[in-house]
Amino acid sequence: MAIVVNKSQRWRVWAAHLFLLCLCAAVIFPFLMVISISLRPGNYATGRIIPTTISLEHWRFALGLPVPGPDGVPVKPDLPVLQWLWNSIKVALVSACVGLFLSTTAAYAFARLKFAGKKAALMGLMLMQMFPTILTLVAIHSIFTRIGNAFPVFGMDSLWSLVLAYSGGIALHIWTIKGFYETIPAEIEEAATVDGATPWQAFWRVLLPMALPILMVVFLLAFIGAIIEYPVASILLHSQKNLTLAVGANSFLYPQKYMWGDFAAAAILSGLPITLVFMLAQKGLIAGLTSGGTKG
Amino acid sequence: MTSKTDLKRFLGPALLGAFVVGALYLVTVVHAVGEPLLAVTILVIAALAAWLYTSRRTYAYRYLYPAIGAALIFVVFPMVYTMAIGFTNYGSRNLLDFPRATQYLLDQTYAGDASTYQFQVFPDGGRYRARLEDQEKGDAFVSAPFDMPGEAPVEARMAPQAEAGFTPGDPLDLADVIAHEDNLKKLTLVLPAGTRLGMTGLSEYAAMKPLYRKNPDGTLVNNQDGTVLKANFRTGFYETGAGDQVQPGFQAHIGWKNYARIFTDEKFSGPFLKIFVWTVLFAGLSVFLTCSLGMVLAVLLNWEALRFRSVYRLLLFLPYAVPGFISILVWKGLFNSNTGEINLILNGLFGIKPGWFSDPTLAKIMILIVNTWLGFPYMMVVSMGLIKAIPTDLYEASAVAGAGPLTNFFKITLPLIRRPLTPLLISSFAFNFNNFVLIFLLTGGRPDFTDITVPAGTTDILISYVYRLAFQDSGQQFGLGAAISTVIFLLVAVLTVIQIRFTKITEDEKR
Repeated sequence: MAIVVNKSQRWRVWAAHLFLLCLCAAVIFPFLMVISISLRPGNYATGRIIPTTISLEHWRFALGLPVPGPDGVPVKPDLPVLQWLWNSIKVALVSACVGLFLSTTAAYAFARLKFAGKKAALMGLMLMQMFPTILTLVAIHSIFTRIGNAFPVFGMDSLWSLVLAYSGGIALHIWTIKGFYETIPAEIEEAATVDGATPWQAFWRVLLPMALPILMVVFLLAFIGAIIEYPVASILLHSQKNLTLAVGANSFLYPQKYMWGDFAAAAILSGLPITLVFMLAQKGLIAGLTSGGTKG
Repeated sequence: MTSKTDLKRFLGPALLGAFVVGALYLVTVVHAVGEPLLAVTILVIAALAAWLYTSRRTYAYRYLYPAIGAALIFVVFPMVYTMAIGFTNYGSRNLLDFPRATQYLLDQTYAGDASTYQFQVFPDGGRYRARLEDQEKGDAFVSAPFDMPGEAPVEARMAPQAEAGFTPGDPLDLADVIAHEDNLKKLTLVLPAGTRLGMTGLSEYAAMKPLYRKNPDGTLVNNQDGTVLKANFRTGFYETGAGDQVQPGFQAHIGWKNYARIFTDEKFSGPFLKIFVWTVLFAGLSVFLTCSLGMVLAVLLNWEALRFRSVYRLLLFLPYAVPGFISILVWKGLFNSNTGEINLILNGLFGIKPGWFSDPTLAKIMILIVNTWLGFPYMMVVSMGLIKAIPTDLYEASAVAGAGPLTNFFKITLPLIRRPLTPLLISSFAFNFNNFVLIFLLTGGRPDFTDITVPAGTTDILISYVYRLAFQDSGQQFGLGAAISTVIFLLVAVLTVIQIRFTKITEDEKR
């Protein structure tokens, strides 16, 4: 850009740097603090921000290794952080697979096939996305109690019911995948159809392999969505071994039992991989949507 | 070749047949368990599937059916169901449906017989045996080994001690029996003659008789004292003639009562109004703060004279990349008045220790700080994209005219990105309007109002208030919670209509 540089430019650049540095400090501060807290002994502030003694007790706790109890005897940690992380991953993997399976075929119908009620259905899906699930918590609670009366596997306090509850939230996925399908020329499948392929074969053998990038992105988004979901998981799950990480993490900071240091270690342990996945998906999403969104 | 096509021809009908039989079996089982609504739902789903996957005319719907079905069942149905629950008294006092509540009362028993048995429990290798002795006649019976009843009642058959082949060792002492009293109350012992015995004292079992019998007109008669109970479908309780309610209550339709309570009952309308005002304020301020910060940053990071822009961008994006349930809890800990690091710093610098969680105003400020921290990266990224689309010659022209950066921003940038940004701001408002996770994890709605009895806090937004009414504290008031949810539905619907007016619905996928 060829803007004429005047005298005030110089101090404005410095001011901007100063402002951005302050803001970056405010953004980084909590992360640095959590690292520091996870490494210092005890659960209370010691009067220093940088720990003078490094202790790995919180990390041992987060990893489920025995930690020295108040009387010096090693005790096993009472909060199964790794179990929660594993529960979260299980639920997220299965529900992302189910969601992906449901939305790929539906998006195909919306992108390529003609049928009555197409516009209304697309509109309806969009509207669904506007109303957050959390508004229906009472109904979900009641529905799963009832399902549980008939099928205990899908009742209260079961990870399977959580998977079931998450598999309905696919409206946005369908829209995303549909947008990508529409960027792929329909002539390619038509050629396959001319060669004798059924519509299913054209979809399965021709279109789907070409849509792999967006499927990956949608999978990651569904995965993350399931990992960070709190309200539904908090009403469906009760027993400690069944909690997901999002629900379990909340049990570190009760006023009666304030395990600040243990939380910090657990947060880093479980937050780091999720954050990496999240950043990966964001990058892919922007790329996927800019290529997929052009036709709308 | 022929055998293959033959196989194909028969495989379809065979699969269909198996599917139909399986589905019908499932429906029967579910109905037998006592869930007619669920049974009908499964029936409809299965019938629809059978039709869609066999008819030629419905080809496109074969691709749609699983997705639309899942969305209808797990998104639309709960919405409708929520509205329906809003008209009932469903809650912890009225948890059961009518047949189950009736059955519960009919299952109640009382010690009807005078003959009581002396009762002892013996541990038997991890399990237990019970021994009964009729002290007048001298008969003694021993049960088969049983597990201590937990949630579910347990029944144990008794045999005369001579036949049971069990030599009693030391029985549980009284302290152990007291420790197990709640469990033992769920233990029914059945004598060889078929008499059912229940616990009537710590060392006594007696024959149990049903407490109620059902009249043909549906009223229940108390066998013990003869009172007649009549189901009242307005209150959801069996009531005596004098109007006393008998637990447990059942679900009943109570019309608009829940809504009347929200808006007219002083106990609920007071906090509802305050919470509503704070919800709007919170959502509005959140949008304003995140948007202004995000936009300023977007402008700065698009400024080519500035170096290290990509480093700044990466760092400033971090809050958006970390899962909310972690970063919100991190802030909760950092803001903690006594042990948190923020007060540690404030104390060191200025000697103050603000009570972030105990003072309503400070709590609200804290929520806004944290939400701005969480939300500005999204606005920044969105604004950056929009600003990139502005033709640069506009800025060159304004530079020639001698305009400063502020003039540029207010005369060029802002007017040009305002239109595409508006729908995003509205959806951001709607999101924050229901930003349950932030409020719930950070303050839990606390500090609570001190002058009212319902569980409501000064930082509660509507949806966290619903959560507390429905799932926390003492009385789980599902019906009332559902009614408030329905009110929020309407508010969100209004927001959605506004948003649709601002944007063509198809453009939304670019979010």
